Amino acid sequence: MSHALAHGNEHEAHGPEQGKGVIGFIKRWLFTTNHKDIGTLYLWLAMFSFFVAGGMALVIRAELFQPGHRFVDPNFFNQMTTMHGLIMLFGVVMPAFTGMANWQIPMMIGAPDMALPRLNNWSFWILPFAFALLGSTLFQSGGGPNFGWTMYAPLSTKFAPPSTDFMIFAIHMMGISSIMGSINIIATILNMRAPGMTLMKMPVFVWSWLVTAFLLIAIMPVLAGAVTMMLADRHFGTSFFEAAGGGDPILFQHIFWFFGHPEVYVLVLPAFGVISEVIPTFSRKPIFGYHFMVYAIISIAVLSFIVWVHHMFTTGVPLGAELFFMYTTMLIAVPTGIKVFNWVATMFKGAMTFETPMLFAVAFVFLFTIGGFTGLMLALVPADYQYQDTYFVVGHFHYVLVPGVIFSLMAATYYWLPKWTGHMYNECLGKWHFWLSVISVNIAFFPMHFLGLAGMPRRIPDYALQFTNFNMISSIGAFIFGFSQLLFLYNVVATVRKGKKVDGRVWEGSHGLEWTLSSPPPYHSFVTPPDIL
Amino acid sequence: MAVKNHVKLVTTLVIMVLGMFAFGFALVPIYNTLCKTLGINGKTNATAIAYDATHAKISKNRDVWVEFVATNNGGVPWAFYPKTKKLKVHPGEMATLAFYAENKTNHRMTVQAIPSVTPGIAAKYLKKTECFCFTQQTLGGHEAMDMPLLFHLDTNLPTNVKTITLAYTLFDVTDRVTH
Repeated sequence: MSHALAHGNEHEAHGPEQGKGVIGFIKRWLFTTNHKDIGTLYLWLAMFSFFVAGGMALVIRAELFQPGHRFVDPNFFNQMTTMHGLIMLFGVVMPAFTGMANWQIPMMIGAPDMALPRLNNWSFWILPFAFALLGSTLFQSGGGPNFGWTMYAPLSTKFAPPSTDFMIFAIHMMGISSIMGSINIIATILNMRAPGMTLMKMPVFVWSWLVTAFLLIAIMPVLAGAVTMMLADRHFGTSFFEAAGGGDPILFQHIFWFFGHPEVYVLVLPAFGVISEVIPTFSRKPIFGYHFMVYAIISIAVLSFIVWVHHMFTTGVPLGAELFFMYTTMLIAVPTGIKVFNWVATMFKGAMTFETPMLFAVAFVFLFTIGGFTGLMLALVPADYQYQDTYFVVGHFHYVLVPGVIFSLMAATYYWLPKWTGHMYNECLGKWHFWLSVISVNIAFFPMHFLGLAGMPRRIPDYALQFTNFNMISSIGAFIFGFSQLLFLYNVVATVRKGKKVDGRVWEGSHGLEWTLSSPPPYHSFVTPPDIL
Repeated sequence: MAVKNHVKLVTTLVIMVLGMFAFGFALVPIYNTLCKTLGINGKTNATAIAYDATHAKISKNRDVWVEFVATNNGGVPWAFYPKTKKLKVHPGEMATLAFYAENKTNHRMTVQAIPSVTPGIAAKYLKKTECFCFTQQTLGGHEAMDMPLLFHLDTNLPTNVKTITLAYTLFDVTDRVTH
């Protein structure tokens, strides 16, 4: 450890090149090729998008507080659901995890920086332009995309507003960005590991990102193809999804979900990785069943390619296919179950303490599992005919994405922020943030299951009177959840600016290469490779 | 050494990306071929299948109901309906009926009818000798016509299929034709 610390001091002088004034500031961030700087940029972009897309969610919940068209018109409501989905996926979760990867992977595997620093700069700086393009659609004549984030043809081809083309190009740009980011991450992990850091010694977070990056490389081009076909159908007279010209709208759903289902695991695998780092630290035990954790990640990724039709059970697919995709979907519960059991086993008889990251991680294990179980219910073909396109589905995926993925991002931020800034966050405020979030998230999303089972369809701005009570409860929860996140923002900003100094280890039970560096770590992490035991 | 490693690895990864982009487009013919060979998405034959009345095998002891449905896509302003709603046929036997079509507008329009069979599995056993859906149909303003449909059911039709619904959706393709 003293070895690594010595390097830290030596390189303190090699900080970022900081020019003078505003121009200097812009040049420093625009031209940076440093993995930590780019990680920070990704994370701030995600933070910004989180509040934008969260604001859209609150518009949706405000409209649904009572039945009737009270607050926004239905077309704008549809634009909100579409943009909320697109921005939360491509603007919050994916950039946030890419930011985490940028910060952590070089430090965790003992590398000085990412493998391809200039590509890294480019991957990030495409994104602000992509989101400017996407956001601009809301202000164009005809309004923004209003067909849901799944962009089903012919809603997105024949009946879509003109601004859809801007959305298509925004998706192309985001795709290019995340493909380049993935190439960079794979090159870093495969080529830049410190001597002695074998694949099976890598932290689970790094493993989860290696697998995720391969998933992204496999699916983002397919999405690019799907939206390109949409564009061609819209403007170049092709009929990929147009029945009148010999195409098939169902084909769009197949292509989309071939991308869409592995995409779900793109969002959740890094979350699994984060939880696998946080729980051992605060249980003061190594992760239980490391090898199985790694194999589970790989098998989830492989299985994710052969389950996509479970999104389309009601489109008239043959019985044999329904059975096949039902069984493969349920098979995914096996590796996922292994992971959940291993986290619980890691905590079992551990010397546990409950700092904010651990609270979020424990809530993740519990609440993500609820989302997993409702997923199993949806996987059953006969039941799915009832649940399809109802609020039950909305409840399901918000349980896996909010108290699942978003909570893991919170856990990761509280866990690594002291390492990144050298300052301890405000624990009291962190606990307030956690308890407000965990209570309100359940108030917001649990009633959605009941609404769905009672037959309330999703993606509607108005509903029948009998759904009023649960919708009110849900909206109240959503508003508490939304405003609680301001505590998070404040806590992060305050910690970045000042706070109690922390040492390299930060946490008593921390384990891994990143904790052998000083806090904040030197600008270039490991200029000479560390010794791996 | 490290740089050379990167070049090799990144080249491989870029090839994977391009391959997957191509695969996205390859899904189109893969999907069409699979649906056609397995007969699973309710699409019927798009060109005529000859019917030999003298040698045809007819399952006289089996009756299958065939129902006809007509829909106008996106409010195409045509009158479009089957003149016979429902027919009882023996598999192997030729059936003939007509669909009525009338262009209710003042201008010339071209339409394309797209068939779909429910249950989907029955699609490949429904064989058309003549169908208005094989080609595009053009009518001047306020013109009308009877459009013929000749078909028979294959005698190998699974025995659990007792009713078949043949649905046609009418799409306006006037813009596509003039281009």
